Amino acid sequence: MNATVTSMKPLQPVLDIAGLSISLPAGADRALAVEGATLSVMPGQTLCVVGESGSGKSMIANAVMGLLPRPHVAPVAGRILFDGHDLLQLTEPQMRELRGRRIGMVFQEPMTALNPVMRIGEQIGEVFDAHGSVPAAEKRRRILAALADVGLPDPELLIDAYPFRLSGGQRQRVMIACALVLEPVLLIADEPTTALDVTTQAQILKLIRELQQRRGTAVLFITHDFGVVSEIADHVVVMQTGHMVESGTAAQVLGAPQHPYTRKLIAAIPDGQAQMTVPHDDLTRVLQVQDLCKTYRSSGGLFKRGRAVQAAKDINFELHRGETLGLVGESGSGKSSVGRCLVGLAPFDSGRIIFQGRTLAQGKNFRRGAAGKIQMVFQDPYASLNPRHRVGAAIAGGPIAQGVGKAEAMARAMELLKLVGLGADAAQRYPHEFSGGQRQRIGIARALAMQPELLVADEPVSALDVSVQAQVLELFAQVRAQFQLAMVFITHDLRVAGQMCDRIAVMQRGEVVEYGETQKVLNDPQHAYTRKLIDAVPRLAGQAGTEAKVA
Amino acid sequence: MKRTQFMLTRVLQGLVAILLIATVNFMLVRAAPGDPVSVLAGEAGASDPQFVAQLRAQFGLDQPLSTQLATYVGKVVQLDLGYSYRQQQPVLKLIMDRLPATLLLTGTAFALSLLFGITLGALSARRAGTWVDSGITVVALLFYATPLYWLALMAVLVFTVQLEWLPGFGLMTVGSGATGFALVLDVARHLVLPALTLALFYMAVYARMTRAAMLEVAQMDFVKTARAKGVRPGRILRAHVLRNALLPVVTLAGIQAGGMIGGAVLTETVFAWPGIGRLMFDALLQRDYSLLLGAFLVTAAMAVLFNLITDLVYTLVDPRIELT
Amino acid sequence: MMNSPFWRRFRRNKGAVAGMAVLLIVAAVALLGPWLATNDPWAMVEQPFVRPWAEPGFLLGTDTLGRDILSGLVYGARVSLLIGVVSTLVALLIGVTLGAVAGYFGGWIDAALMRFTELFQAVPSFALAIVLVAIFEPSIKSIVVAIAIVSWPPVARLVRSEFLTLRQRDFVQAALLAGQSTPRIILTQILPNAMSPIIVMASLMVATAILLESSLSFLGLGDPNQMSWGYMVGAARTVLRQAWWMALFPGLAIVLTVLALNLVGEGLSDGLNTRLDGRGK
Repeated sequence: MNATVTSMKPLQPVLDIAGLSISLPAGADRALAVEGATLSVMPGQTLCVVGESGSGKSMIANAVMGLLPRPHVAPVAGRILFDGHDLLQLTEPQMRELRGRRIGMVFQEPMTALNPVMRIGEQIGEVFDAHGSVPAAEKRRRILAALADVGLPDPELLIDAYPFRLSGGQRQRVMIACALVLEPVLLIADEPTTALDVTTQAQILKLIRELQQRRGTAVLFITHDFGVVSEIADHVVVMQTGHMVESGTAAQVLGAPQHPYTRKLIAAIPDGQAQMTVPHDDLTRVLQVQDLCKTYRSSGGLFKRGRAVQAAKDINFELHRGETLGLVGESGSGKSSVGRCLVGLAPFDSGRIIFQGRTLAQGKNFRRGAAGKIQMVFQDPYASLNPRHRVGAAIAGGPIAQGVGKAEAMARAMELLKLVGLGADAAQRYPHEFSGGQRQRIGIARALAMQPELLVADEPVSALDVSVQAQVLELFAQVRAQFQLAMVFITHDLRVAGQMCDRIAVMQRGEVVEYGETQKVLNDPQHAYTRKLIDAVPRLAGQAGTEAKVA
Repeated sequence: MKRTQFMLTRVLQGLVAILLIATVNFMLVRAAPGDPVSVLAGEAGASDPQFVAQLRAQFGLDQPLSTQLATYVGKVVQLDLGYSYRQQQPVLKLIMDRLPATLLLTGTAFALSLLFGITLGALSARRAGTWVDSGITVVALLFYATPLYWLALMAVLVFTVQLEWLPGFGLMTVGSGATGFALVLDVARHLVLPALTLALFYMAVYARMTRAAMLEVAQMDFVKTARAKGVRPGRILRAHVLRNALLPVVTLAGIQAGGMIGGAVLTETVFAWPGIGRLMFDALLQRDYSLLLGAFLVTAAMAVLFNLITDLVYTLVDPRIELT
Repeated sequence: MMNSPFWRRFRRNKGAVAGMAVLLIVAAVALLGPWLATNDPWAMVEQPFVRPWAEPGFLLGTDTLGRDILSGLVYGARVSLLIGVVSTLVALLIGVTLGAVAGYFGGWIDAALMRFTELFQAVPSFALAIVLVAIFEPSIKSIVVAIAIVSWPPVARLVRSEFLTLRQRDFVQAALLAGQSTPRIILTQILPNAMSPIIVMASLMVATAILLESSLSFLGLGDPNQMSWGYMVGAARTVLRQAWWMALFPGLAIVLTVLALNLVGEGLSDGLNTRLDGRGK
């Protein structure tokens, strides 16, 4: 690597894909998963492939590694040049030679990516065994070094541990260690941080950047999050339903996007701009939460004591009509537990919940006291509707259970379906005929059918693609204004909270560590954790209060 | 330390289970049509008034129900399982005499079924979609649908009557007086047919389970990770797929062990194998209910023991079992 | 209806289609029994030990007492199917109820019911069936009850695990929020989603029940008034050398029927797009 500025020798790309097309089996929604993809990754540089689900971006990564699920899904055109060979022409034993040694890969789901019954040390040691023989003592030394390199504590203990002892972020580090231990020239990362918390994500991205800088590895990074792109990419390729619609340097694509799809995606990212606060007075106070506590106890057995986890500790906040409170936190913060206590799906242990001036009873009678006026929109659009019930019946079921006549309930259901943008004839169809975003709309309609005064939304857009997310958030805003609903919006994404909420409560390990108006919390955070959370959010260049990465 | 605690708990649970089964025995005797005493005495003993009177006193059959239960359970705890009038021996002695034969038969069948079942299932999964796979699947389906006693009879018909390759009755050649190694060989020859027929049904069960489990595990993420590391297919199959696929098979083996002990009744009947199963059959014919219930209790205890052992094995193979 | 996704998937499984055909034949034989079998299976109509195909009218030969084996097979079909289906229904009734209650309510109710179920599972089921039928005198009723008693635990476990999973699903939580009553939620929200693995298991249970019934009859614990396949094989045990056909044909009948049921079970599993552990394929 002796290139000076005046050297005439151009740098060769580590990976050069030209005209790659990958076919799908008969019966899929299109013939080709990927069509005519062309990209190249230079040494020491990061190329991000961005797209929503179904864009084919992961297919490209799998095709490079030769891990496509043949024969159903197979490359049908193009070439993939690496190390002077066309990878598509290599035999399986030849590909095996390259995998792990010259190309490393990291996958999306850290919780299932490691063999649960094999020790960590052995899983890293496998890479050595697959590509030659290294004496045992040397192998152990290098495994320990690899674990330390990825920032894992106590490598001596970890080497003999099983994966179930590690958290998601730690398992992802082990994966990265496996991928990089033989110092490959190319690292392929297929959405490696999507399943992780925002702060963990920031750490992993930092780790990848460091390792890249130290070793000069080329990185092919697949993601759906433009914020991540702006943090780490040197070059960007945007994919839409199998086609590459835009490519260029990060500065070009992010700063001056040419293609309408790219512009739409970038615009759809919640920018964290706060809303105007609704003027309120005591008369319209809908909800008051005082010193709410909830502890989960696991039952003990004959020889062991039960464990107690305090999911919520001394939670205090209040909510007025038309106002939205954001409960923001990472996994394990307790925000979902608080949400369930608020609607009465989980009993709380102490404290008070005062709804419309009435203190609601703890335990079984909570829901009866609320008379269906506190409703919830759930996170997973694929689990929130009964697959055996028609959509109309699902929405009307609530009012019917409350005593409303069947005809009237169905009429209300159809009206609501129109309101959420699905049309009255959707009532006769089954959930599996709708997309994720549409199912969330149905979920909102179902909650509205009960004419609630308080709506708790538990991560309602986390499982949706970015463009669909924007539409559903818009629907929430519209519905909130129309019905003057008080809303509690639970999310892990500060950008979403910034856009939707009047006030934010940041939760960490069961406690509210910061509480105040959105603008104030986001721009002038008091607590260290809030600051850490804000810093960790991958931000686009040009957003308020951040420094853009210079490509 | 934790494992010891866990095992202690399970042993306790097992003992409680056995006692509960003894209670069920007690209730069955009471619920049967007719006088409980005649049930206990059996068909032969009921005709002997002295014996009947003795039983009435021993079991306190004129006492309140709770005292009777206490007496009965107390006897069981002291390993007094009653007396068989027909065979003129204590039930416990009759059972203990036969226990080794049954253990030999079921133990051998258990090992054979697991060994061949897992091997064939793994082979089937490895070559999924080929004629090897189809062949093994069809054979497994056939054996899975075949009644044990019929398979045993057909085996005797073919191998003993027609071909005269293997003996079809008893534990050893009667009156041969063989000792030492010759005796072992003789018993082994007699063991082949009964152990194989008992094993074949369960072999089919384990083969199908292993195949299904392996195909499922092969789809899992960590297998893809192993491939991405360049690990050879042979190692992936052994260390990743099979290692994980065996877990549900071990669990299944524990559940099926009870079934195998029950199946021994049929096998022993056909092959005249002198085990507990054969004893139960004789007790049935002779309407000797004391013996029947005693044998039942012992087979239940055996099943509980097998379950315990499988639980222990499972904790050894699955490191995720947190014994905290 | 024949083109619904269920039938299309079912039809793709050739074995299942074959199994269904065999089952229909067996069911037809059972239903039309008295008209098909020319002789009363208990009647001694010929010489004993007539070989199969040796005499017209006695296609499968006769047994030790000169009874027509073919007629025995036909009447045996009725007994086997009757006992198989009825005992399965009873076992399902017990198992689904207990499993649903345990899975839905959780807590100590679940723990207590599970201990109860485990107790039943700890005992070797065939041995228990023998004891039950022996003590209560063999009859169709006692056999059905005995088989049901040893067969319900696996159903209960399956239903319990289904209910435990489904109970936590968001659509059930939404139904709770809507104020639907507990019985309504169990019957209209959860149970319809748990039906598929239950149906698959039911077909396998009928197969097991038939095997159990025949084993009991083989040992002499069958209903003395019913000619059953197991009894026929049992009668052949001591005369195997002379009359191998007495054991062969009834056994084949059992194998065919049980095999057919297993294949249909797999077809149902494919058709309903489910597996016994409840996860969709």
